[in-house]
Parts: sequence; C-alpha cells; structure tokens
Amino acid sequence: MTALPPIIADWFKTRGWALHPHQQDMLDRSAAPATLLIAPTGGGKTLAGFLPSLVELSEGGHAGLHTLYVSPLKALAADIKRNLTTPVQEMGLPIRIEDRTGDTGYTAKRRQRADPPHILLTTPESLALLTSYEDAPRIFAGLQRVIVDEIHALADSKRGDQLMLALSRLDQLAPGLRRVGLSATVDDPQAIAATLARHPDPCPVLQADPGPDPQIEMLVTETRPPWSGGGAQYAIGEVLEQVRAHRTTLIFHNTRAQAEIFFHRLWLENEDDLPIGIHHGSLSRDQRERVEAAMVAGELRAIVCTGSLDLGIDWGDVDLVIQVGAPKNVKRLVQRIGRANHRYNAPSKALLVPANRFEVVECVAALEAARDHDLDGDPRGPGPLDVLCQHILIRACAGPFDADQLFAEVRTVGAYAGLSRAAFDDCLSFCATGGYAFRAYDKWQRLKQTDGLWHLRDPRAAQRIRMNIGTIQDADLLKVRMRRGNRVLGEVEEGFAASLTPGDRFLIGGEVVRYEGLKELTVEVSRTPGREPKVAVFSGTKFATSTQLSARILRLLNQGSWPNLPGHTAEWLMLQGEVSQIPSADRLLIETFPHEGREHLCLYGFAGQNAHRTLGLILTQRMEAAGLSPLGFVVTDYALLIWGLEPVDDPAALLDPTDMRAGLDQWLQGNAVMKRSFRGVATIAGLIEKNIPGPKKTGRQATFSSDILYDTLAKYDPEHLLMRVTRDEALHGLVDFGRIEDMLARIAGIDHRRLSRVSPLAAPLFLEPGKVPIVGEGRERLMAAETERLMAEAGLSAL
Amino acid sequence: MTLRGGPGWAKSGAMSHHVLDLAGQTLHARADGSLFWPDQGLLCVSDLHLGKSERIARRGGGLFPPYETQETLARLDRAISENDPSCVICLGDSFDDLDAASGLAEDARLHLSRLQAGRDWIWIEGNHDPGPIDLGGTHLSELAIGELAFRHVATPAVPEISGHYHPKARVSGMVSARPCFLADKTRLILPAFGAYTGGLRVTDPVLATMMQADAIAVLTGQRALPVPMAALGTGRR
Repeated sequence: MTALPPIIADWFKTRGWALHPHQQDMLDRSAAPATLLIAPTGGGKTLAGFLPSLVELSEGGHAGLHTLYVSPLKALAADIKRNLTTPVQEMGLPIRIEDRTGDTGYTAKRRQRADPPHILLTTPESLALLTSYEDAPRIFAGLQRVIVDEIHALADSKRGDQLMLALSRLDQLAPGLRRVGLSATVDDPQAIAATLARHPDPCPVLQADPGPDPQIEMLVTETRPPWSGGGAQYAIGEVLEQVRAHRTTLIFHNTRAQAEIFFHRLWLENEDDLPIGIHHGSLSRDQRERVEAAMVAGELRAIVCTGSLDLGIDWGDVDLVIQVGAPKNVKRLVQRIGRANHRYNAPSKALLVPANRFEVVECVAALEAARDHDLDGDPRGPGPLDVLCQHILIRACAGPFDADQLFAEVRTVGAYAGLSRAAFDDCLSFCATGGYAFRAYDKWQRLKQTDGLWHLRDPRAAQRIRMNIGTIQDADLLKVRMRRGNRVLGEVEEGFAASLTPGDRFLIGGEVVRYEGLKELTVEVSRTPGREPKVAVFSGTKFATSTQLSARILRLLNQGSWPNLPGHTAEWLMLQGEVSQIPSADRLLIETFPHEGREHLCLYGFAGQNAHRTLGLILTQRMEAAGLSPLGFVVTDYALLIWGLEPVDDPAALLDPTDMRAGLDQWLQGNAVMKRSFRGVATIAGLIEKNIPGPKKTGRQATFSSDILYDTLAKYDPEHLLMRVTRDEALHGLVDFGRIEDMLARIAGIDHRRLSRVSPLAAPLFLEPGKVPIVGEGRERLMAAETERLMAEAGLSAL
Repeated sequence: MTLRGGPGWAKSGAMSHHVLDLAGQTLHARADGSLFWPDQGLLCVSDLHLGKSERIARRGGGLFPPYETQETLARLDRAISENDPSCVICLGDSFDDLDAASGLAEDARLHLSRLQAGRDWIWIEGNHDPGPIDLGGTHLSELAIGELAFRHVATPAVPEISGHYHPKARVSGMVSARPCFLADKTRLILPAFGAYTGGLRVTDPVLATMMQADAIAVLTGQRALPVPMAALGTGRR
C-alpha cells in the first residue's frame, strides 16, 4: 500500500480525514497505463483522480506540464481549480494549477503556452486546439497523467471521440502517458474502459461504494394527469408543497419550452413567494451564473431546469429531485438523482411527475427499472469519420505528417481500433481535395504531399481550421435583447425567430415578452407583464424513450391487471382492452378508424419518437404512391398516427421489410432530417466553416445553405464520404432507422383492428403537438387554393 | 418537416408558370425561375454564378462539390428545350467572376455552345462579371426591347426587368424559403437561377421599398405560386 508523503498525510490528519478505500486504491495503481473509477457524487472522485499527481509533484523538481484534467464543462474546470488550489496552498506544495477554456483570456493563454503550469484544467475543444500548435511537442513533452472527468457524459458522443483522438496524439508527444477516467454509475463500465484506454491496453475498473439506493417515487396528485401534452401544470400545487417541505429542490424538464411554461405557472401560484429560479441552455450566461451562484449559496428553494444542470457545479444542499415528464432513459435519471444530497451515505430522493396519462405508465416502468438496477444503454458504433477528418486537419496545423504513422496512431483509439485503411484514406482524400469523384481541385487542394509527408498547401488555412475546432452542434442562435435597457435575456433558434411577427408574445427566462423586430442579428423584445404567452418557444427534445424502457413498458401493459398503476390509468387501459386490444411486444397493433372526415391509422411501434417520425415519413410516401392521399402525421414515443383521405385496408402491405429498406434508401435522398444530419457532419468534417474571419453572419445567411450541397452530392456524387457518413448516422440518431428494423424483426405478425371510432390508446395523439404535414398532391392543391384566396382577397386575381 | 409526393410527381408534364403583365406584355414566370416572353420567343435567366465553387476554392474558402456549373447548365438546358426560344438573355452575374468565365471546363463550354447554337444569345453585364466574355453571344450592359429594359441591377427607370438581388420568400407550411420573382405593374425582379446561390428575403427593406404595395412574389419550386408580397409579413416595422 502506497503511503502518502508526510506533508500531505499531515494535512489530512489535521482535518481528521482518512482516505476512502477507492482513493487508496487509485494511489496504489497510479503506475497503470489506464484506470477507470466509478464513484457516486460526493464520493471523493476528484481527489481520487488528483492525489497521485499531488504526490508526484510534492517533491518539486518537475518542470512544465505534469497533469492534464479534462471535463466537458468550462465551469467545472474553473470549479476544480478553486477546489484544488486551496488545499495545495495550505499544504504549501510547489504546484501551479491553471484552467484553460474558451473563457480564458488571450494573455493568459499565450503565457500558458510559453510556460505551462504543472496541472492544467481544460475541455476537449481547448485541448484539441492546443495540439494544433506547432509548439505542441514542447508544451506536452513532460506530461505524465491525463484525468478525464465525467467520462460517462463524453463517452457516447463525438466530443468524446475528439478527445480520445487528441489523447492518441499526446501519446506520441509524451510516451508513457497514464490515463484516468472518472465516471458516474453506468450500465456497461467495460465499454467506457475500452473507450478510455489506449487500444489494446487493459483498463481495470474500480468501483467505489455506491452508497444507498436512491428513493424514487411517483408524486401523488389530486388532479388526474391530462390526456396529452408535455407540461405538468396539473401538479403544481403538490410540487409547491414538496418545495416547502425541503431545503432545495431541482425540478427537471425534458425541454426548455416546458421549463419556461412551468416556471411561469409556478410563480402564478407561488403565494408564499418562495425564491425559485430558472436555468436552461438558452438563457444568457449571466443569468445562468446568477442562478448557479444563488443555488450554491443556498438562496434558492427551487430551480426549474433542464439537463443544463446535469453536469458540473456542485449541487450543494439539493435534497429533492423532481423529474417532470417521462424520463425516457433510466440511466440518465439515476445519474441525475445520484447527484442530489451528496452527503455520502444518505439516499437521494426523487419524485416522478408524469405529464400525461401515458407517461404514467412510462414513469412506473422507469421506477421499476431503477429499482432493479436495470440501466439502459445502446451499444455504440465505430468512431465517426467526420470527427476523424477534423482530427487530420488539426494534425496538419501542427506540422507535416506521415500517413502511415497517423493511421497507426488513430487505431490506438478504442472507437477507431477497427478503422480500415481505405476509410482512413477516404478521410485523408476528403481533407486534401474534397474527395470528389470529379477531381476538380488539384490546384487548390487543402493538403498536399511533399517528400512523402502531408502538409497544408497554404499555411494560412491553419487559422480557419483552428477557428472551427469542435463537434458541438449549436443551432443557429440569435440573441434576444430587451429594447429598452439593452438587457440580453438569452437566445432563440433562428428558425423560431424567422417565424415571428411583431406582436407575438413568447416566454423567455420566465418573462413574457413581446416580439418587436429583428435588428441585425438580434431579436428585439419589450415587456408585456401579465399577458399570456401565445407562442411556444424553442425546438423540442431529441431524446426518444430508450429501447429497454420501451420493452419494459410493453411488459407492464401486458400484465393483465395493473395494481401498480393509479386507478384512472388502469381504467383507461381496461377500456382499451375492451374496445380494441392492448399492444404486445411480439405482435404489431395497427388500428384504423374514421374521425372528423379523415381516415386514420394508428401504429403502436414503441420504438421511440425519432424512429416513429422516420416511419411516418416512409409510410406516408408509400401511401402517396398508392393513391391513399395522406395529409399528415404525429408521433409519440409509443405510437404513430397518420391521417389522410382514403382508408388503409391492408396496412401489412405497407410494412414489408424489404420494401421498407428500399423505400428508405430512396427516401433518404430528399428528406429534411438527413439534411440536418448532413449539415452537422459537413461542419465537423470541415466542408462548411461556421466561423470565418471577418464580420459575423449567421449560418443561414452567410453562404448558400448546406441543403443545396446535400442535393448536389445526392445527384452527382451519392457515394461521397460525407453522404456515407450521414447515412450511417441515420441508422441511429434522429432517423433511428435501426429501431424500425428491430421492431419489424421482433414482431411475429401484425394485428389490424378496424374500429368505428378513436380508441382510448390513440386518443392522446390527437392532442399531441408537432404535427408533420405531408406535401403531396393533396397538400399542393390545398396550397394552391390558399394562394388563390390570398390573391382574390387582395384583388389581384385578374393579374 | 414536409415530404414531397411520390416519384411520379416531379416529372409530370410541362413546367407550371404564372402569367404576368408588364407594360402590356405577357410574360411567363416559370416554376424553375426562368422567364419566358412568348411573343418574342425570348427566354431570360439571371444570376447563374457559374464557376462559383472554383472561385471559392481559389480564395481559400473551402472545397465545395464542383458540380454547380453542370447542374445550372442542365436546368438551363431543360428550360430551353421546353420553350425553344429564338433568343436567350442571361441577365448578369452569369459567372462568379471573369476568371471563372475564362476558366470554364471544356465540357461546360461545349454544353454552352450547344445551347447557343441556332439562337441569339445575350450576356448582360453584372457586378460579378463586368467585362466581355469569350464564350459566344453578344455582350451588353443593358438591352431594351420595345418599352422593356433588361439590366442587371434595378434602377428607377421603369418598365424594367432585372436580377441581382436573389429574392426568396416563404409561405407558412413551407420548410424553407424558395427563390421567387418579384413583380408589380412596372418592375420585375428575377430570382437567382444558379445552383449555388443564396438569397435575400423579400421582407428585407431593400426589396420592400423597391416594389409597389400591390406587388406579388411568384414562388419557384414544384409549381409557380403567386402570393401578394404584403401577405408575406415583415420582420421589421
């Protein structure tokens, strides 16, 4: 067992602290090439990560960078710096600690490059940027350890891929580099370990004592949940009761819009004037920091928030987590709850509040899954190629490279261990010349080979590449500013701003504001207190209910009777059984029925909203071709509802798997979801630059849209690298076609119920927002009629 | 999100157009963004911006798919074969710059020659391509046919047909804005015909102040759809 050096041991003794077993364990294993620690919040994870560094640096004598700490959040880096500097100063250790993120000033950054501190706290993007400098070898020469914090949040994402690629570079600059990962509870620790380690090094997983299980329950309310919708206004009375009964409560929502509306309504009933704040990603940084500071200082009794609070700052005295709306994913829920009440041995408390009647079922299923420690997780595919392209460009900025060497380096990254040479060459070719079948750019290529080494043709390109490092996809956002006083309230998506007309009222930061107009790139608003907002704000959640949770819900529904569900929900399901049938896992239920002059089809896929949306687009295309004149559809995580002019007599024919696959390929060409994916892929890979030197323009206005690039490639170069990457991404993510195929594979047959009216299970879909219109023959006729009407009204039809 | 109809849709018959009256002349604003004058057998397109991808690459701005010239010429080809005009006017900014004109690829040159064969071809100067181009046809800074003046950028002198602004508009229910014509009784502004062209919203004051109150926008796309410009709403007062 490794003993602490006296200077550190003494400091611990004066505090009456002893090392936790996992902290001692980490110290003992500090020579290992990679280690993963799974520990709950409050379990001394950070100290466990840093202790070996402090020990190694305590003797002094190490020049330059020794330890790198990477976390997903800028705020976390700043936080850790504070927390680490205090004991280091008290112990009088000769260790310099600094943070480096997008917020670090220019002078500080230059100094850090010239004279790096011993411990540097940073983010994946800032690290990637550092590796792009020609003097990267000098900066990282003495690096000994890398600590990746909140690795569970990075592991499943392109940010994580970029980070691991950067680490493969660091391995070259600092051979013998040791890696440590710090993670919350996950479903598959081995998968995270494989991501962290340099392939094929082993990576032992250390489990700290997870502490007592969280206490999760459903919130009991007097009013029944509504039929559909996403808010939980019906439960506000009971929520306020809970807030009064606890010190600090976090009230989580799945979307920013829901958080805003709930916060607004909460205040209308907050007769005790309890201090309650709001926090989400679209609010201005100022506002978020104020709320965070107030929370840490214990000044707030509750905060209405979204996943924006999931990471990072210390939750201090939070002793209750309320999850509004179905959690969709058990793992996220458990991780979230685990952060509350982190006095180590007290159980965390959570209450689930379903937003509508179907969510009651989903919440109960999630609750049971959490009790069974049944966490969900979808296996991840191989490392994405767009991130690899960006990595190649970053590498080129630092100096010439040999393709064979870079290929070998990249394959030491877990996610890219199976990368083929052909795929690598495709990426290199894309970076060099754009990778087009029609070789047009030999004269202007971005990378060229001289004496066998690849390098930038024009060194000035390095600036533009550096400006565009990163994998985070921001929607194009416009600032929202109060017209009088110039106060910035937050940001909204450009698409939303484009849809507003002066006079529209919307919610932001809990205030109802009136849209006045667009001034340059800013949305100007004025106050209209006391008026009800008319317009919903921000785009919806992209999260679909996980596969495992969906399966559990189906099992729950097929119990035969439902003693574990509230009376009103059990009655509803019983009625469904009488009128139609309960959906089951091995047969696909499709109901067709007329309603208000339209023919409807309801398909209970339980495949998640993204897969259902894709299925809706494919099915309506097939319906259009069959002359069934579909007009639109709407989805939830459990069902798809399509309406049109003609009844569907043979739904099974529409769902032939081979036809579906063929239909998918054809359909993938033209659709908006693919184009959105393409835009992200093209930006990350470096085809489209978000940031260019010069005056700022928004993404929509600056160049012609990426949609045009997509259409052009689809027509002239459909096998282009970026098109292939986009199609691969389509199997998961927003298109989620993989889940449709899984659903079709799992069912033994289709049950078609022809009903005379709406079924109980289908009813909530009629109130669901987010209807997708179908532009087919029917719609074009309707549009033509509408424009004719406008012309007639304006007296212009004679023209 | 919207979905276009099935495959049969796009290929249905002749392209739709909206009939305009400009200074007593009947003009067809076609769904593909071209303008046809039946009495004169004249086809007019504006802002082709051929060679844009090469110019962007030349200036270090990125390596975009190099197919826009091919695509734009294919669209022009279709418009010409559908109408068989005796005269074609390219209303300026036909090339992204003069180097793009001289650097045109061989097969693009040939395609252009084929299109020019047997008809009058007029290149009107634009701000991107302000000089003579060695590609057949006649080069003019502007042209008058009867009362109608053809020039690249609109002036106060009407009646007039011009381009330059790449107008676009969106009606509720549409996913994204589409290029459109802007027309009132004396002035017509053509949409950008080129494949790689962005656009300016018709609600921008530059365009709004140029047209009369009863102006219409004719949206391009599957059909040519006329909409009163006033009904498109304004983002500004």
